[in-house]
Amino acid sequence: MTKIAKTSDPGMPPELNARLSELQTQSRSPSREDVAEVVSEMLQSLEGDLSEVNLKVYSELEGLAKYILAAKREIAALRPDDITSEHLPKATDELDAIVGSTEEATNGILQAMELLEGLTPQMPAEIAEQVTNAVTQVYESCNFQDITGQRITKVVKTLKHIEDRVEALVAAFGDEIQKYRETHPHEEQPQPPQKSADEKLLNGPQLPDDAGKQADIDALLASFD
Amino acid sequence: MSVDMNMNILIVDDYKTMLRIIRNLLKQLGFNNVDEATDGSMALQKLRDKDYGLVISDWNMEPMTGIQLLREVRADSKLKNLPFIMITAESKTENVVAAKEAGVNNYIVKPFNAATLKTKLSSVLGNF
Repeated sequence: MTKIAKTSDPGMPPELNARLSELQTQSRSPSREDVAEVVSEMLQSLEGDLSEVNLKVYSELEGLAKYILAAKREIAALRPDDITSEHLPKATDELDAIVGSTEEATNGILQAMELLEGLTPQMPAEIAEQVTNAVTQVYESCNFQDITGQRITKVVKTLKHIEDRVEALVAAFGDEIQKYRETHPHEEQPQPPQKSADEKLLNGPQLPDDAGKQADIDALLASFD
Repeated sequence: MSVDMNMNILIVDDYKTMLRIIRNLLKQLGFNNVDEATDGSMALQKLRDKDYGLVISDWNMEPMTGIQLLREVRADSKLKNLPFIMITAESKTENVVAAKEAGVNNYIVKPFNAATLKTKLSSVLGNF
């Protein structure tokens, strides 16, 4: 059991000194209640604004600060600047490419149908009617391009919203993300499972600007000859 | 009263393919004088520059939407009686109610077919 100092402290309030002296004179060790009482009196005797409640608040704040620091480290480790600089723009480009390619294809279909429809005056009436009906069905079906385009536009807007929020988060971090990069130069992002050599060749369609042109591919093939 | 098949019709949509589809379907129905605009403000300018017998407009366009165009048309003393059909993917009840309150004559939901277009045109212009 902890011994209580036998000498009285001149800087201590007289009531507390008296209570400690009283405890010293007891033959038994101080009980838990005695210690709690003395500690409470000590806290009350502290000068300034530091109360028991304040201490509890400070303790909570310290815990909160540690939690925020840990959360910031974890967020910094996620490299949110990569999300805005790489992942989201790439996703948006892919979606824009879908809109562009479906629009191009739809225009091609419409052009062919218009050509076909233009030939109907040269056809027997019965055939011309059937062709016109078929062409009309194609026109109706081409509505899909407008609908899918609008849906994709909504997704792009959602991505843009996410991008703005992540950018705000990155801005709130200031230079902490860069500092994290500098202090963790070898820390890699979680990598997807290893791919086989064949799987690595499955890149899907390229964006128009990145796609190899047939002439370039022909030239490349020819270079093997 | 017979429908003037030579009337000027203005179609408004920000998707060029949709303009092309509507134009082709109107042509099949016998309407050959069709002009195009890609948003409400461009449409409003055309409506003020030339006489039209009908507007067929999309809703979701920038900078001026179809509903804004409709309100501008109804607020214009020279254009306020112009037949106006909304043709849009916005199919919520609140959209239809808002369009009706703004003075739309009829409402077609995308995707639509040629028969629906003909029915709606007949209800607005009369049988043809």
